[in-house]
Amino acid sequence: MTPKRKRLWLVLGSVAVLGCAATLVLTALSDNIVFFYSPTQIAEKQIPPERRFRMGGLVEAGSVTKSPDGQVTRFKVTDTNKTVDVVYRGLLPDLFREGQGVVAEGSLGSDGVFAAREILAKHDENYMPPEVAKALKDSGQWKDGKK
Amino acid sequence: MADLHFLANPARFRRFSQRVLPSLAFATVLMLAVGLYMALIQSPPDYQQGDTVRIMFVHVPSAWLAMAGYALLAGLGASLLIWRHPLAALMARASAPVGAGFCAVCLLTGALWGRPMWGAYWVWDARLTSMLLLFFLYLGHIALSRAYDEPERGDRAAAILALVGVINLPIIKFSVDWWNTLHQPASVARLGGPSIHPSILIPLLWMAATLFLLFVLLVLLRTDTEIDRRRLENAELQA
Repeated sequence: MTPKRKRLWLVLGSVAVLGCAATLVLTALSDNIVFFYSPTQIAEKQIPPERRFRMGGLVEAGSVTKSPDGQVTRFKVTDTNKTVDVVYRGLLPDLFREGQGVVAEGSLGSDGVFAAREILAKHDENYMPPEVAKALKDSGQWKDGKK
Repeated sequence: MADLHFLANPARFRRFSQRVLPSLAFATVLMLAVGLYMALIQSPPDYQQGDTVRIMFVHVPSAWLAMAGYALLAGLGASLLIWRHPLAALMARASAPVGAGFCAVCLLTGALWGRPMWGAYWVWDARLTSMLLLFFLYLGHIALSRAYDEPERGDRAAAILALVGVINLPIIKFSVDWWNTLHQPASVARLGGPSIHPSILIPLLWMAATLFLLFVLLVLLRTDTEIDRRRLENAELQA
């Protein structure tokens, strides 16, 4: 074995070993790396009340209601399997709308309602001009089949 | 592929770069002028984001180049450690700050986009955190390569860091698939083709090609400077 070949295998081997180590660490920590839990995961995990965490999903269409003074917003977050009621007091980001992704930070109350302290809007991977979006909706080819 | 081995010799590399630099610079400026017109004027606003989508024309190519730049650093590190290529260390010194610059642009433009769209400049999700880690790896490379009195020792230490850090690249790319993140999943390089309308995708790819040329231009230019600097230092040592 020439020294060059030896160094080649040494470098390749070290990177492979480090890659395995990183994979193991990330797999072990994956529960902490996720940015939010879905409503289904929350139902499975039995998170105790008052523990702060983030929950993500879609704002259910038709579920958004505001209090008369406009400060408190109530809506449902769904992953199409399970649904969680959310109550939030404060300003909502521009992209917050029904049928769109949202990430809420807060805690579950003893009544099962998620009291959000912060709301972040989640953007999806679709980019198009308004006319194209309108044409897709008009022809019924929209991503979720809804108008 | 043409044999690029002749470029391993610094003197020949210098002659090669001196020949291509003027036309490369001209092409970069020309493409940037067209690209800015496409990105800022000709392309339509997005149906959700409005004009804020235009930040993507800088943000996404910067992210790609920050990652490609680090892959380059790792390749140069390997060729230094394994084959002792004389040019690899000089080019790594030259390209690390360029990659760090693109990484910083990616992080800053992302924050400016995140505030109006998400409602936050910064969140600690897997994509953003791994990209910040890439920026620190760049800074570590720059610092480590300049940390020793003998430049060769710094080059070797930085090369090892570059190879260790390369593990972060697949983590950045797939972070949005492996874990829940606030950052949206891939729109261009994904199964099933791009999910960006051609009227927005074409300016994006054009800007990516433009910034790629800018990246190559800066790396060639800075490598030339490193060659000159190393020659000057050797001459001083002999004098």
